Amino acid sequence: MDVPDHLRYADSHEWIDPDSPETATVGISDHAQAELTDVVYMELPEVGRTVTKGEAFAVVESVKAANDIYAPASGEIVEVNEALAEAPEPVNEDPYGAGWLVKIKISDPSELESLHDAGSYREHVS
Amino acid sequence: MLRSPLHSRHEELGARLLPFAGWEMPIQYDGIVAEHRAVRNELGVFDISHMGEFLVSGKDVTEWLNGILTNDVRELEDGQGQYTLMLNEAGGVIDDLILYREAKERYFLVVNASKIEQDEAWLKRKLRDGIVFENQSAEWGGLAVQGPKSTEIWNQLEPEIPLPNRNGIFRSGAGAILCRTGYTGEDGFELFDTNARIGEWFDQLLAAGAKPCGLGARDTLRLEKCYPLNESDLDEEHTPLEAGLGFFVKLAKAEPFVGQDVLLGQKANGVSSKLAAIKMTGKSPPPRHGYEVRDESGENQLGELTSGSLSPSLGIGIGMAYLAPESAKPGTPLTIAIRDRVFPAEVVKKPFL
Repeated sequence: MDVPDHLRYADSHEWIDPDSPETATVGISDHAQAELTDVVYMELPEVGRTVTKGEAFAVVESVKAANDIYAPASGEIVEVNEALAEAPEPVNEDPYGAGWLVKIKISDPSELESLHDAGSYREHVS
Repeated sequence: MLRSPLHSRHEELGARLLPFAGWEMPIQYDGIVAEHRAVRNELGVFDISHMGEFLVSGKDVTEWLNGILTNDVRELEDGQGQYTLMLNEAGGVIDDLILYREAKERYFLVVNASKIEQDEAWLKRKLRDGIVFENQSAEWGGLAVQGPKSTEIWNQLEPEIPLPNRNGIFRSGAGAILCRTGYTGEDGFELFDTNARIGEWFDQLLAAGAKPCGLGARDTLRLEKCYPLNESDLDEEHTPLEAGLGFFVKLAKAEPFVGQDVLLGQKANGVSSKLAAIKMTGKSPPPRHGYEVRDESGENQLGELTSGSLSPSLGIGIGMAYLAPESAKPGTPLTIAIRDRVFPAEVVKKPFL
C-alpha cells in the first residue's frame, strides 16, 4: 500500500499536499481507491466553492456504492480535475498523481497539524 | 450467519464478503467490471451454495405443482426444466424459480436463497396426501458456470458427462446435478453437489481458466438482460403480468393456479403498471435501486428504480421501474433524480444487451 511521505492524511482517507498552501492538491489514498475498486463516476465541486474541514465536497462512485469525499482542510476550491468527469480511471491507477481531485487555497494551515503524517496513516490503515 | 462450503477458498482469493440472505457471500474478488467482462467474453464461476433446492414427489405431483406455479408443468418431459413463478392469492410474486421434471412423479426446484423458508412454508401448507416435500437446501453446494467457453471447458474436464440441453437437468453417476440454465444471459450451467465435492469442482474450474465471480457481477450481468431480481423487481405487490413475464404464465392450462383470478382480470382489463427498462441517455452517476424516476421535465415523480447499475458492457447506466403503461412505452423520455440533480434517460426495449 502506497503512502507517500510528504503528504498528510485524513482518517477518511483523503490526502493533501501541504507544500503550497495557496494551491494544496487533494486526492484519495491508495488504500481508499483499493477499497472502492473500479471508480466509475466522479462528482466534483465547482471552482470557487468554499469548504470546511470535514465537509463532504465530492462523491466517488464504484459499481456498488456512492461514497462521500471529505475536505481535509478548510478553504476555497481553486482548481478541479475536470478530466476525471470523462475518465475517472486515474483515481484508481494513479491516486497521488493524475488521480488528484481538487486544489484548495487553505484558509487555516494549522488544521493540517491534526491530520496524520505518513507513518501515522500507515498505522491507521494497517 | 451461514457460511458457504467454499468460504475458505473465497478468503484465500481475497474476496470481499458481505451478508446476503443470511449467508456470508463473495460480492467481488478482482473487481465487478473485470468479473462481468470475464463472463461475457470467456468464463466465470459463481458460488451459489446459498440457493435453495427442493424435491417434490408423489403420484399426482404434476397436477399439484400446476395448481401452485404459473407456467404449465405439463409441457415438461423428463429431464426438462422451465422458469416459473409462485404467486400469492392476490397474484403477487412470492418467488421465481426453475422447476425441473426428473420423472412424472419427481421434480427438482431451485429457488432464491432469500425465499427458502417462505417457499417451504407455503408449499407445506398446500401439501396433500401422497405428495412428499423435501427441503434439500442444506445438502447441496452450488456453482454457476457461465460464459461462452462453459461448454468447451466442461467437455475438457468431464468428457464423459454430457451437459443437458438448454433448461435441462442431468444427474451424473456420482450424484452431481447439472442444470443447463443461468442468470447471466451467457451459455452455461448450474452445478450442484455435496458440500465436500463442490470445493473440488470450484478448484478444477479455476484451474481450467474460469474466473471467480461474485454477486456484484451476477447483478450487473442479469440486469443487462433484464432478468428480474426477487425482492427488487419482483415482489408480492406486483403480478408477473405487470413485470412483463406473461410468457411464463399459462392462463389457459388445465389446472387453475393460485393467483390466477387476478391475472385473468389484468389480462381482460390491462395492467395499471408495467416494469420498464430504463437507460440513461448521457453520462451520469450510476442509477441505483430506490432513485426517483421522473418525467422529462424532472419535476414530477413517475416511480422509482427497482434495480439500477452502471452497465459494464454498455458503459452507461441502466435500471428498471414500474411505471404507468403510458409512461412505459419504449422511447418515452424520462429523468432520474440523483442527489440534487436530474439526469436524462429513456424507456428502451428489453433486453439492454
